Parts: sequence; structure tokens; C-alpha cells
Amino acid sequence: MKTIRIIPRLDIKGPNLVKGIHLEGLRVLGRPEDFAKYYYEDGADELFFQDVVASLYERNSLHEIITKTVKEIFIPITVGGGIRTITDIRNVLRAGADKVCINTAAINNPDFIRQASRMFGSSTIVVAIETIRQTDGRYLAYTDNGREYTGIEATEWAERVEELGAGEIVLTSVDRDGTGDGFDLDLVTKITRAASIPIIVHGGARDSSDILSVIRDGNADAVAVASILHYNYIKHHNSEKACSEEGNVEFLLSRKSFSKIQNTTLHEIKEFLQLNDISLRL
Amino acid sequence: MSDTNAVVIIDYQLGNLFSVYQACLHAGLHPMITSEKRDLLNAQAVILPGVGAFGDAMMTLKKLDLIEPLKTQVKKGVPFLGICLGMQLLFTESEEFGHYKGIGLIEGSILRFSEKDRNSMKIPQIGWNTVYHPDPNKWDGTPLATIEQNKFMYFVHSYYAKPEHSDLILTQTNYAGLEYCSAIHKENVIATQFHPEKSGEIGIKFYRNWAKMINEYYRSEG
Repeated sequence: MKTIRIIPRLDIKGPNLVKGIHLEGLRVLGRPEDFAKYYYEDGADELFFQDVVASLYERNSLHEIITKTVKEIFIPITVGGGIRTITDIRNVLRAGADKVCINTAAINNPDFIRQASRMFGSSTIVVAIETIRQTDGRYLAYTDNGREYTGIEATEWAERVEELGAGEIVLTSVDRDGTGDGFDLDLVTKITRAASIPIIVHGGARDSSDILSVIRDGNADAVAVASILHYNYIKHHNSEKACSEEGNVEFLLSRKSFSKIQNTTLHEIKEFLQLNDISLRL
Repeated sequence: MSDTNAVVIIDYQLGNLFSVYQACLHAGLHPMITSEKRDLLNAQAVILPGVGAFGDAMMTLKKLDLIEPLKTQVKKGVPFLGICLGMQLLFTESEEFGHYKGIGLIEGSILRFSEKDRNSMKIPQIGWNTVYHPDPNKWDGTPLATIEQNKFMYFVHSYYAKPEHSDLILTQTNYAGLEYCSAIHKENVIATQFHPEKSGEIGIKFYRNWAKMINEYYRSEG
């Protein structure tokens, strides 16, 4: 039986941890280092950092945060956002990441996946597929956090990136991201059927039972979660004192929680899954 | 004598050495990342890490002229830790992308997980899996000494080691329909297919126990 991974996803803008809805409308939630350490101690199987504005500004400012984080955190770290060259990959790995996640650069130049996986090994190269469902039911891949239309069909792209040597796929439903509407099982099933490399599913979890169903029915290998953990963390910690004033902090200062999403912890999620016969590290 | 905790982490331009370095610090060791033959020969303990392709790694180690000094250190009894590809390189040979000769300190070969028997398990194995040994006493005096059987460690690999002498097996792991050797122990050599520096607090315990072994070795040496 395969061992399922639960991976907190930390979206980063400048020095702050942020979270949006449909990858937009970013709210500042606190200092990424604090969240990372808490999730590590609570049983995260890996951490996934995404610089959400890197593509837009063509930069990746995560290095400092990564270097600080990995001093105390001994689980695999994946870093994405604005990675376009072999040198970018080398720099992120040197900062302490174990894997890099590529989207825009892979779509602009698919051969980049081939070069990168040959040079650093397939298991180091993760490709992000960010999809939006079209009115005719097809799923298309987008770049730049769901902003740029590519016209590329998501399942075909999944098969292609596997051929090119990607080790894993992070699949995001932009439609569901941050909404708490549940995972898009139709999308997940299509992609897990199309590709035989591990699929990390992201976008839409409302509660632990959504996670269970995307593993059982969608055949996900790993689940990346953000909102359901972050909103719980800020409810129990004085996150606003620690975070930088840059960005939209109103939500944080209001101490509201986000009604549709059930706040929970990694430990609770894992216990629930284990009770339901899912094999994982507890 | 110089610093007894000085651990040389061999840098052959593959993989993430940063976390190996940090794990050593957490275990009270004094790590140094280097590709210099001289540093390797002066080391009090040696770590051979690595992620990547077997053939490329052997070529780089040769080019850096590190293979002979590495063998010299192991034969001298210096505590040695191989991780992931750093474990596989110790073996006689590998079938990865053709056929390559390894460093040859451990008799046996490196084989690929079989596509045929994998029972829908994905290759490479990327993720957590358990390590165990049928004889619990086997872990006494090793870095696994204070670690319970069947704890999860982090793995990333498509190939596995098959030692000729099964008494060298320190841990076993089950994946893709196969029970394989996930760590070996031969005298001063410990080598793991898993990444203890990526295996959470259990992995840090592994490093601490290894540090204890290093201290004991130098204490008994006087």
C-alpha cells in the first residue's frame, strides 16, 4: 500500500505568508518561518513554498526564507515560483531546497524539463499544472498563477511532462483554490490516469473528508493543503504581531475565520485518514 | 589531535548538502563541505551523500581524485556514512543506464525496481517508508540503536542495493512488491538508502547516535 504524503503549501509574497482565493486576492497571514516550524512539528511530510508573485516580477525572493527555514526543519522542501534557468534551479537547491517546482518556464520551453531532470535527476524536478475548467468541460493549463491562458490541455500536458522527465506533478485547480468547495475529483482522476508519476493534488479542501476522498477516489499520491491549516494557525497564534506590514493585513487584524473552511491541524487530518485505512507516517 | 568531531561531507556537485550539513550541526558534529583530497585524508569522519546518476557520480569522484583517499580512510577504520547514492556507490557495480563499476567496498550490485512486479507502485519511490530488521539486536551499537522498529524514513530512489552477504543488512524496507536492503553496516561503514537528514526528528536521532559512535571510536583509540 502506498504511503500518502500531506504537504502544507506556503504561498509567499515578499517576506510574508499569504493566501488567496483562485490564486488571487492575497491576504497576509504571518511569517512563513513560524508556520513552517509549526507544521514540521505537527507532522508535515514535506513543505512546499511558492513565491506567488515571482513570475510576475521575474524574480524569486525566497532564498533567504528557505535558508532560514531549513536550519531547523528536516523534511523535504520544494520551492516554486519564477524558476526559469538551470542557474535558478542550482541557486534554489543551494539555498537548501530539495526539489524545485516549474510551471511558466516549462510551458514556454518544454525542453527545459528535459535538461533540468537530466542534470539534477527526475526526483528533483516537479512540474506545476494549474488548471481552469472550460465551459465545454475541458481542463486547460494556465501560467503565472492562473493569469495567463496557454490553450494547452491539462491531461496531454501531464503525459508530456512525464515523458520529458519530471519526477512529480503538483496539480492545482485554480477554480477551487482557497474556496473550500472540495477537490475537483473529475480533474484529479483524469490526471492520475494520464500520468504514472506521483501526483500532488492541491486546491479546494474544506475538511479531512475531502482529503480522504481525493486519495481514495481520485488516487492522489500526496495532498497539498493551505487554507485549512493556515486559518487554524492564525486563530491560535498572535500572527499579526510577527508579520511585516507589507500587503493586505486587514483580514489578519480582523481575526475572522473563513467560514466555509473547517480549521484543522495536520495531526488531526492524519489521524482521520489513518482511521480510514490510509497508510501514512504518524 | 585535532577536532574529533570534524566530519567531512564530500561535495561532488550532486544533491542538497545543506541539510546534511545542518543535521550534523544538530547532532553536535563539526561538518565541513569539501571536494579536496587533503581534507578527506584529514577527516575524523566522512559522509558520502548524493542524489543523481551512478555513472556521473563515479566519473566526478574519479576526476576529483577522491576514490583512493576514500578507500584509504575506510580501511583505516574512520567512521563512514553513505547516504542514498552515497550508499549505492560503495557497491561493486550498478546496472543504472548500462553498467558501471562502483567503489567496491561492499560486495553486491545495484538493481532497478522491476516494472513488472511493482503492483501499481510508482517508480521512483518518492516518500516515506518503514525500516526494520527481523533481529532487533542487529541495531545495537549502530545509529539505529535507540530507534524503534518500523519507523518511517524518507526515500527517493529507483534503484536498490543487493549485498552478497546478507549479514551486512542493517535495515530492510518493502516497496513495489520487493523486500530490499535499505541500510548496511560493515565495521566502520554505515550506509543508508533513506535520507536521515530528511526524516524528521527520527533522522536527527540517527545522526546523534552516529555522532556518539564517532566519539566512542576516538575515545577507544585514545
